[in-house]
Amino acid sequence: MSRIKKAFENGKAFIPFITAGYPDVETSEKNILSAIENGADLVEIGIPFSDPTAEGPVIQTANVEALKNGITTDKVFEMVKRLRKVTEVPLVFMTYANVVFSYGIERFCTCAKEAGVDGVILPDVPFEEKEEFSEIMKKFDIDMISLIAPTSENRISMIAAEANGFIYIVSSLGVTGVRSKITTDIPTLSGHVKSAAKVPCAIGFGISTPEQAKEMAKYADGVIVGSAIIRIIGKYGKDAPKYVGEYVKSMKDAIR
Amino acid sequence: MSKSKGRFGDHGGQYIPETLMNAVIELEEAYNKYKDDPEFNRELTELFNEYAGRPSRLYYAEKMTKDLGGAKIYLKREDLNHTGAHKINNVLGQALLAKKMGKTRLIAETGAGQHGVATATAAALFGMECVVFMGEEDTKRQALNVYKMKLLGADVVAVKSGTATLKDAVSEAMREWTNRIDDTHYCLGSVMGPHPFPTIVRDFQAVISKEIRKQMLEKEGRLPDAVIACVGGGSNAIGSFYNFIEDKSVKLIGCEAAGRGINTEETAATLNTGRIGIFHGMKSYFCQDKFGQIAPVYSISAGLDYPGVGPEHAWLFDTKRAEYVGITDDEAVDAFEYLSRTEGIIPAIESAHAVAYARKLAPTMDKDKIIVVTISGRGDKDCAAIARYRGEDINE
Repeated sequence: MSRIKKAFENGKAFIPFITAGYPDVETSEKNILSAIENGADLVEIGIPFSDPTAEGPVIQTANVEALKNGITTDKVFEMVKRLRKVTEVPLVFMTYANVVFSYGIERFCTCAKEAGVDGVILPDVPFEEKEEFSEIMKKFDIDMISLIAPTSENRISMIAAEANGFIYIVSSLGVTGVRSKITTDIPTLSGHVKSAAKVPCAIGFGISTPEQAKEMAKYADGVIVGSAIIRIIGKYGKDAPKYVGEYVKSMKDAIR
Repeated sequence: MSKSKGRFGDHGGQYIPETLMNAVIELEEAYNKYKDDPEFNRELTELFNEYAGRPSRLYYAEKMTKDLGGAKIYLKREDLNHTGAHKINNVLGQALLAKKMGKTRLIAETGAGQHGVATATAAALFGMECVVFMGEEDTKRQALNVYKMKLLGADVVAVKSGTATLKDAVSEAMREWTNRIDDTHYCLGSVMGPHPFPTIVRDFQAVISKEIRKQMLEKEGRLPDAVIACVGGGSNAIGSFYNFIEDKSVKLIGCEAAGRGINTEETAATLNTGRIGIFHGMKSYFCQDKFGQIAPVYSISAGLDYPGVGPEHAWLFDTKRAEYVGITDDEAVDAFEYLSRTEGIIPAIESAHAVAYARKLAPTMDKDKIIVVTISGRGDKDCAAIARYRGEDINE
């Protein structure tokens, strides 16, 4: 059984997003391990991009800072290799098309597979453009994760039918970031997705509190949290691993 | 790439978040419905002629021709359009389309501010809400245009992220569009971004080469030997080239901003220094490092200060149908002053890049040859910055 599939077998999955190299490689590696030790079922690792057009201010800043501090795609691969020696939790890259394309899709997949990566999320590659990437990923047994948005409507069944790994349900319009309230009709959206999907579904964008996570978990197989964690990392810097761990534990407990 | 749309060779496509996919599909369907609709085209032509002042003049630059001593030079005077640049052609088309689609709000990015001013103008005319995103750096370089946009009723958002220039303004406009789609049309200012924008913007700008062709046949009874235009994203250039692409005798030359030189880090000459990548919704050439991080480009011209180029230019470059040359800041500023003194025409610093190449090319051609240079905009907005470049401290 694939690692991603297993991640959804321990009740509702909690999926933290952590930007590699923010504030530095060592701390981000510790943050990931701390999240895993405290109940993360799958970790999304962000490979920083200079111009992350789907991100709100919090993750934008993390990307810029990480690049300023010298993170590169090669260093992210090395970090994942080290993580893979100590954990079997599925690791999924979240980055932008150009990071993969510019590296060479085939070469990127070779390195990702070697490092032990299970999937890749590219928010700027929609269904119509995915083949160029997914055909190669398939060869390496890497799942290309599909996203479904509140505006997807008539596109849901088409996307869900070809989805691999899990489906990322985008809870809200706009970019990533903490929201006090999620206004999308999630039960209806996730109902449509679940009826068409053959893989588990996780909801992300705007979720930050255990209460929100608990509510969202009613309608999906997992909950994804990014900006709220990046904010903790931004606040505590090198001391963040402890706080990231505490936060992940509170979130996992809320949806268990 | 079987399902991919809007390809120019390998370039183009729709590399955007899923959230925007239905919005671009809706736009494509609306465009296909209206592009050949006689009523739509009648309205657009009326706006072009009565409001924007089209057709723009094709002016024989006799003094410049004599001074350079080679090919005959004609200037396509897009600077004489209402709002002072070619940008109004595309904006009127898109605003009319947005109105037909029932949209009540226009958002736009701007570099030099010309596209922002044009969008704010159309929004005022059509009674639409308008928000323009502009890099903070550019709001300083082009303060007068910021004031104009506000005067026209638009909100101007100074973008502080990244390099705080055009690329960041595009990113922020895209982010805003994902946030509010229902009532909002993203009035993209160049032949870039996801399909259908490169095609829509090209079609609205193609009026430039349609007119050049007609005017040239009237004046000279033949087609020009070369057409020269500046290229940032590439909208005035594709507009100037489009109706000549099939005429192989017409050389098409795009002038990129080389900044301090194509061998330096401080350049924005995408086709001369970049490599193929995926960014801002399209596959094309981009200035980037070896890991695909987009490079912080540089040019004196805020309008050409962009790390990418429209996908159709990338294709014209690949197929060698068009040639793309780099023009440095120094050459552009010289040309800015040269055209002012020689013809009494102050070109936009962007357009001065095209003038600079004409100064190099014309003397190498016979006197019976003809060059058309597109003056994409007027240079009022640049006077203060050029004065500062020359060490004069003036206030706008």
